[in-house]
Amino acid sequence: MAYVRFENISVSYGDNQVLKNFSLSLEKNEIMCLVGPSGCGKTTLVRCLLGLTRPDEGEIYVDDRCLFSSKRRINVPAERRGIGIVFQDYAVWPHLTVKENVAYPMRKKRMKKEDIDRRVRDVLKQVSMSEYINHLPGQLSGGQQQRVAIARALMSSDDLIVMDEPITNLDAKLRDQMLNEIRDIQRNLGTTIFYITHDQKAALHLGDQLAIMNEKGELVQIGSDEDIILRPKSRFIFEFIGVTNFIPLKRVDSGYKLDLGREMIPWPESVPEDAEQIKLLEMGTRPNDITFDDASPIRAKVKRAVFLGSEYDYFIELGDREIRVQQSTLDAALVGVAKEGTEVGLRFLNPHYYEAKRREA
Amino acid sequence: MINLRRNKDLAAVEGRRIGLDSIMTVLAFVLLLVIVVIPISMIIYNAFFFEGKFTFGLIVDQLTRSTTMSSMWNTVKIGGLVTLFGTIVGVFYAWLLGRSNIPGKKLMRSLFTIPYMFPPFLGAMAWDLLLNGRSGYLNRWLMQTFNLSSAPLNINTVWGIVFVEISYYFPFVFMQVVSALERMDPTLEESARIAGAKQGTVIRTITLPLVVPAISAGALLILISSLAHFGVPAILGFSQGIFTLPTRIFAVISRSGGSFEGIRQAAALSILLVIVVALALLLQRKVLSSGGYDIIKGKSMRPTLINLRGARIPLFIVALVTLVVIVIVPLVMIFLVGLVRAYGLPLRPENFTLANYARIFTTSGTVDSIKNSLVLAISAGVISMVLGTLIAYVVQKIKPKGTGVLEILSVLPYSIPGTVLAIGVILAWSGSLRVNLYNTLWIILVAYIARYLSFSMKTSSAALLQVHPSLEEAARTCGATHTESLKDITLPLIRPAMISGFFLIFLPAMREVTTSVLLYGPYTRTLGVQIYSLRDAGMMPQAAALGSVAIVLIIVINAIVNAITADRKGV
Repeated sequence: MAYVRFENISVSYGDNQVLKNFSLSLEKNEIMCLVGPSGCGKTTLVRCLLGLTRPDEGEIYVDDRCLFSSKRRINVPAERRGIGIVFQDYAVWPHLTVKENVAYPMRKKRMKKEDIDRRVRDVLKQVSMSEYINHLPGQLSGGQQQRVAIARALMSSDDLIVMDEPITNLDAKLRDQMLNEIRDIQRNLGTTIFYITHDQKAALHLGDQLAIMNEKGELVQIGSDEDIILRPKSRFIFEFIGVTNFIPLKRVDSGYKLDLGREMIPWPESVPEDAEQIKLLEMGTRPNDITFDDASPIRAKVKRAVFLGSEYDYFIELGDREIRVQQSTLDAALVGVAKEGTEVGLRFLNPHYYEAKRREA
Repeated sequence: MINLRRNKDLAAVEGRRIGLDSIMTVLAFVLLLVIVVIPISMIIYNAFFFEGKFTFGLIVDQLTRSTTMSSMWNTVKIGGLVTLFGTIVGVFYAWLLGRSNIPGKKLMRSLFTIPYMFPPFLGAMAWDLLLNGRSGYLNRWLMQTFNLSSAPLNINTVWGIVFVEISYYFPFVFMQVVSALERMDPTLEESARIAGAKQGTVIRTITLPLVVPAISAGALLILISSLAHFGVPAILGFSQGIFTLPTRIFAVISRSGGSFEGIRQAAALSILLVIVVALALLLQRKVLSSGGYDIIKGKSMRPTLINLRGARIPLFIVALVTLVVIVIVPLVMIFLVGLVRAYGLPLRPENFTLANYARIFTTSGTVDSIKNSLVLAISAGVISMVLGTLIAYVVQKIKPKGTGVLEILSVLPYSIPGTVLAIGVILAWSGSLRVNLYNTLWIILVAYIARYLSFSMKTSSAALLQVHPSLEEAARTCGATHTESLKDITLPLIRPAMISGFFLIFLPAMREVTTSVLLYGPYTRTLGVQIYSLRDAGMMPQAAALGSVAIVLIIVINAIVNAITADRKGV
């Protein structure tokens, strides 16, 4: 049975229904990333798990222990749930030293002083903060405060830690570093981590499993990173997870044509059966799924090429449309860089077919 | 995870315990009902109901008396003039000390805040000693020196009252504006300079409009304080028959000797005073209506200072003279008169004696008054600090239904004149509701708490806003109960604000005279009342000596407070 279970959770603030019959399960010893746009109810779900917000309905279990049940009128208070949390704003107490911050959960469990001291030292070593043990948070950088928050969460629980956008306030380089460190800590301790973010990149970087929510607070897909990237279940996920190009497809006689505005060119690939039912069809591709091929009948013009180190980023004029193409530096070395202003042939790999969004006229 | 508590989880079924939150909420409402709502309702009831029937008679009766009308007019006139000139003086010196290269800024800044601590009625006493129409020291000296037949200056006029009040109330605007000017983002002004505006144009079109919110906040404080002010018009106006509403209320009460008829008249006058204050507030809001700007950046950046060039020294002298006139002269006067053997003797060393000071500590009435004031100021400070923080917590964190009501109720007494509050407290707590606190310290304490509650409520509110909810929530998830999270996290974080809230109450309560002069009994004189009565009885040197002791006490305590708060900033 799953380690953490949310069953049919409904939450509303006044008239605003944030979550409706939301269910989600987490397996033990893995990192589950819950990804969704801002305001979709991710944080609300976390608060329900921690006991900080009371759901209107539903049940929450951790390791078969019922933390909340509207039917059975169970609502374990926050302080007895024993879940570690890392908040977005760190929530490191500014009036307590690093040691006092980290020791707090164990002090509340009335542990022996020697045990606490030993654990604090262990945990601070884990997050490489040993030398700051007697500092006040005001003397630490954002990344260091974040480490203290993680250490404190580890003291609350070795088993389950919730992280709510823990790295959003850090700069890009530090973000990568923290993600690797979180990953390492999880590997060392086998902790189950429930990681909440709106940043799909961080989620792909970190998660064993990804759960995607849409802006209405519904769960739209659960899967591994490959599932989500290669086999997105809906247009929402496809768009949410990265940069996309969409080109309308028009049915002409028995085949399909790419609608480029001023002209139509035949679409060389075959369209799957279920997509044929869709009236207004669009073909979607990611920039790195488009390659240059002089033999291709789809002709386009390079408007701008930007070199980003590991890849080239192209803005390409295809009929009246502009699409984005990415070419890895390795490919560019093999095939050659497309010069600005030249004509190229395009080939679309791994195309996805979705219904067109209704555009405002 | 530890399992010791797991068996308790079975008991964690909902709805069995009354939460700490609901206890605090109910407590906050009940306390405000008792402290604020009851006294105010009693005034309204007694002003409009006679023998159980609603009537406008009492109010109309007051309105048709010429004494009432002249007091109202004086109140409005003095309040308006003090606000106008106090604001001008405050803004001018704020700019001079905040933004120019005038010398000796740091020292002058702290000197300019002295009037804020100094009890205004002592200042009025000092000026009365100097410029009394008949016997002022300065007047007599001027008459002798220039062979004048009558006194050239007379402080016992409306303009005299206005002058003394300005010198004690302009710091309200000064302090607000100087801090706004110092924290203002300098790029706002620099952009205007770069866009081609001259120095003067920048001040006129950028700097001043941006500090308007600070000016209007300070001006509002001056207006409320001046309209409700008792001490200065009482000391300077009584002898000449110049009354304002607060002093008229006092006169009515003391003349009636505590009879119920007198208190009812006072209640009607109180309603009029409240109406005047309310109208003034409305008017002010209209005149100075302006949105708040977000001009203050969190980062501390040094604004550019303006070079005064040739005007630097003359302006420095002007500032110096102002300081001497409003701070040094009254202070020296009180200390010197405290030294003379008998009132009226010339201020020469051969007439000086320390007997007046010695007598303070040997006369039981005087020693008692110091004790009473200390007891009242400390207990009012502690109680208001605790209650204010409780209410602030309910308003900021629990946010129950009716939060708005709670907030208004706790701030309301601040805009209600102390005189009116005293009348309300007399009506409520001298037997009519079966509780009789009259002639005890308790009745003064209740009035002080009502009057100063908003001070601590405001400082605690501001501090609580800085405490992000996740700090308390983090404690909860670490295994702390609600009570523990309050004790371990929230309270330590707002402790500095609570302490400064205490001193914000302690200092004004120490020198308070407006409410206690209406509430004191034979054994419950406060320091302010004692000074006032000594002077009233013609014992001028003794009053001045006691005044000097009060000033020294306040300055010493203030210095201690500053030392403590400066220490805290280091952490």
